[in-house]
Amino acid sequence: MGYKKMKKYVRKGLLIAAIVLVLMGMSEGGFRDVKNKAVRICYECIGIG
Amino acid sequence: MEKRRKLIQVICAVLYNCNFTGFAKGKIYQGDIKGVCVPGLNCYSCPGAIASCPLGSLQSALVSSKYKFPYYILGLLLLFGVVLGRVICGFLCPFGLIQEILYKIPTPKLKKNRWTRRLSYVKYVILVVFVVGIPLVWAVPGFCKYICPAGTLEGGIPLVAMNEGLKAMTGGLYWWKIFLLVVILLSSVFIFRSFCRFLCPLGAFYSFFHGVSILGMKVDAEKCNHCNACVAHCKMDVKKVGDRECIQCGECKEHCRQCALTFGKK
Repeated sequence: MGYKKMKKYVRKGLLIAAIVLVLMGMSEGGFRDVKNKAVRICYECIGIG
Repeated sequence: MEKRRKLIQVICAVLYNCNFTGFAKGKIYQGDIKGVCVPGLNCYSCPGAIASCPLGSLQSALVSSKYKFPYYILGLLLLFGVVLGRVICGFLCPFGLIQEILYKIPTPKLKKNRWTRRLSYVKYVILVVFVVGIPLVWAVPGFCKYICPAGTLEGGIPLVAMNEGLKAMTGGLYWWKIFLLVVILLSSVFIFRSFCRFLCPLGAFYSFFHGVSILGMKVDAEKCNHCNACVAHCKMDVKKVGDRECIQCGECKEHCRQCALTFGKK
């Protein structure tokens, strides 16, 4: 299999994996978890600890 | 291309942080969009931030990973990497923009050399230790807590300045982060994108996708005569256009006499 063809398949595979992971994560409440963290001041991020 | 790129960078920086009332009130945005991550480094505790930081969200997810595998944030990062790779660094990162603006200050500049190329590996250590290791082992967002200059600049300084309660809570960690921020911003005046090249774990992560990302710089092998003018003029520590250190900014295009370089779908 040529390098270019292999690259194409790897790219497609990673893209499909990414979409599947995002959908799985959303179904398990990942979106909500990210939001819940982000709507509160992150004391570690701002140097309060 | 450079003017267009700058425009995109400015638009992104403003868009990511368009909750302007947050700056006035000293409060952070709490809308639903915060469940989505922007692709570049932008602290979600910035009063203006309307979406989440991918690195902060990843560390937070890893802290909780004993109970829940972080499918969502890993999927988002993978998606950003495959579609854009380090185009994000070159076009969509506000902190990259800030460094480029500082570099325009007329001073002597430190040119890239074999030492800066070696230093570019430090960001991978930071990725492994501070972004992955410390959250998993000590349940603390290591990079956010001890290093992230974007968090200090965009979140720490405005929030502490506008909140007496937060001001009273500042201590050694806050002043360590201010010190680090000052060093990074100062070094950006003399060294092109010093944070991106040596310290940024997000850039380190996206660099893994340099061979497979959909968008980016392409080299026409039939036109290229291997003169290396592109590499010579590039301010990043690249060995060739499109490698892991390439931020896909396209500035090399104007230096290629063979017109062998294009930006687009690879």
